[in-house]
Amino acid sequence: MILNTSPNLARPDDFYEALIAMHRDLDDDTSQAVNARLILLLCNHIGGHDVLLEAMQRARASVTPATVAAA
Amino acid sequence: MNNISSIDTAAIDYQQQRFPYQPCAEQTRPGHAPIHPVVVVGAGPVGLVTAIDLARQGIKVVLVDDDNTLSTGSRAICFAQRTLDIFDRLGCGQRMVDKGVGWNRGKVFLRDQPVYEFDLLPERGHARPAFINLQQYYVEGYLLEQAQTLPDIDIRWSSKVSAIEHHADHETLTVDSPEGSYRLKARYVVAADGARSPLRRMMGLESVGHTFRDRFLIADVRMDAPFPAERWFWFDPPFHPNQSVLLHRQPDEVWRIDFQLGWDADPVLEKTPEKVIPRVRALLGPEVQFSLEWVSVYTFACVRMARFRHGRVLFVGDAAHCVSPFGARGANSGIQDAENLAWKLACVLQGQAPESLLDSYADEREFAADENLLNSTRSTDFITPKSGVSRCFRDAVLDLAREHDFARRLVNSGRLSLPATLHASPLNTGDHASFSAGMQPGAACCDAPLGGTNGTNGTSGTDSNDGRDWLLRHLGDSFVLMIFAPAANLAPSQLQELAGMTQARLPLRLLFISATPATPSDCQALDSMGAVATQVHDIEGLAARRYDMPAHASAPGCYLIRPDQHVCARWRDIDVLAILQALWRATGHAGRGDAIAVKDAA
Repeated sequence: MILNTSPNLARPDDFYEALIAMHRDLDDDTSQAVNARLILLLCNHIGGHDVLLEAMQRARASVTPATVAAA
Repeated sequence: MNNISSIDTAAIDYQQQRFPYQPCAEQTRPGHAPIHPVVVVGAGPVGLVTAIDLARQGIKVVLVDDDNTLSTGSRAICFAQRTLDIFDRLGCGQRMVDKGVGWNRGKVFLRDQPVYEFDLLPERGHARPAFINLQQYYVEGYLLEQAQTLPDIDIRWSSKVSAIEHHADHETLTVDSPEGSYRLKARYVVAADGARSPLRRMMGLESVGHTFRDRFLIADVRMDAPFPAERWFWFDPPFHPNQSVLLHRQPDEVWRIDFQLGWDADPVLEKTPEKVIPRVRALLGPEVQFSLEWVSVYTFACVRMARFRHGRVLFVGDAAHCVSPFGARGANSGIQDAENLAWKLACVLQGQAPESLLDSYADEREFAADENLLNSTRSTDFITPKSGVSRCFRDAVLDLAREHDFARRLVNSGRLSLPATLHASPLNTGDHASFSAGMQPGAACCDAPLGGTNGTNGTSGTDSNDGRDWLLRHLGDSFVLMIFAPAANLAPSQLQELAGMTQARLPLRLLFISATPATPSDCQALDSMGAVATQVHDIEGLAARRYDMPAHASAPGCYLIRPDQHVCARWRDIDVLAILQALWRATGHAGRGDAIAVKDAA
């Protein structure tokens, strides 16, 4: 496994508050757009294709059949 | 070779041409039913290129088309550099380039701001631009005129194939004509009959992939407009909010504009002038005068047949694979299919290769089709996002692209057509020496400018109006061994060994590439080899650079090039045995994974 999931955040609680604050006063659609931009910026920073794929697989791993929208 | 640039083409309206039907020998001579070497079905760009290339290889071709006209309206317009190189080899490249609008650059806009600019040909020293825009009816018209100079091509208009029967050693087509039906027999049939391919349907085969839920309006607009000859693409412009627009310049003051309409648009209504004119007016502003030449609405699909070879029937072009137009990979890949197939059919028919060589057409071009399908699908997904979240990411990329270079690279309004590198082809011989990746086995050859004066027996090979010579004019039609040294640098015994190789059943030419102009010693050395050897002057050193052959290497290296100007092997020495083995492999004699048997060419 190349994705680092052991504790690596410099300031965990500060980070978490900043993440939520990033969305303050935004409606849901605007928040989606901001999240998309954040993902793109951070993925570019990381760069390596395999680690990005692994992160995406882990992110999707909690999806159950019940949560998949009907086609 | 007949040079037809002297024909006055100003008077010809290619869209109005009608070709007369004439009864053929099968119809006029009772009992006459020869087995033709090849019948090509469909006289569009791909069928015409196939026929011309086969005729150049010495193969007689019957070319049938179900109607008596060229294409009309607005269809393929962007012809890529590789396609222009193919047209050059077939003898009609200059006409295409003279009439077409050349371009290398593009711009992408988001709303009213440019976000991205690209240049497809940042490096100089290529004979042809990255693209020309030229209406499909001109391309067909010029190809047809070239075909009409070749007596080996028998063109039959108003001849519709309605049935096909397979036999052990030939195919029998039923052809319906204005004077009744007849049987047409062929050793091989090339199905170039388009996206709806009747032959494919008759054989119970299908193209599989997916269609996109979107519609585009295309308008050919005649106008005197201030835009440069660049490909311009807009996302969400003020004149067409929430949709995309693409603009291309064509010859004759005609511009092609594609307007994205969305899936719910009514294709009948959207074609009416009442709907189209305001859209064009919004793009151009109130001052520009224009007239509508052509309007249509299209949908697109990215699909392909599972296999392009079915026994004696070979599928090429849209009959084999269809792509969405973003990236110009439709006609261009079809024409590359034709070039790939023609020399192989010729080798098989002339007894120089086993029939299994034709499987490599399918292997190689299915691979290329997958690359084209992948690229055009990705572009289409970006232009037409299939879900809310996909649209969200697409818009995020566009938003970030204004400030960030990394995001600009993600903007995908079309990844423009490049020839696929056939790196896994069974016809290749892998590198044993270390080489830079560029001109690897399976790659289409890169061009390079040459000096004007060559060794004896050299054809200057140029018909371009700037009088320059170019490397690609010396490659193609048969196998060529490119030797990166002047002829006089090789020992006489080595020269004789090389000359001996060219006397085998399979035609092989020798091309010496020298960093300096030919000397009298070079000319003597070439003379000693006979007509099979030519020398050219790599005047800017670009051939040596592009093919990774440093001029001061201790021993000259060489490249073996296929008749379709693709690399099949390369070495940092000259080993005749290795070259013969590579030739053997490139003509389908080596099985997949089998040990390569050493064959004596004499």
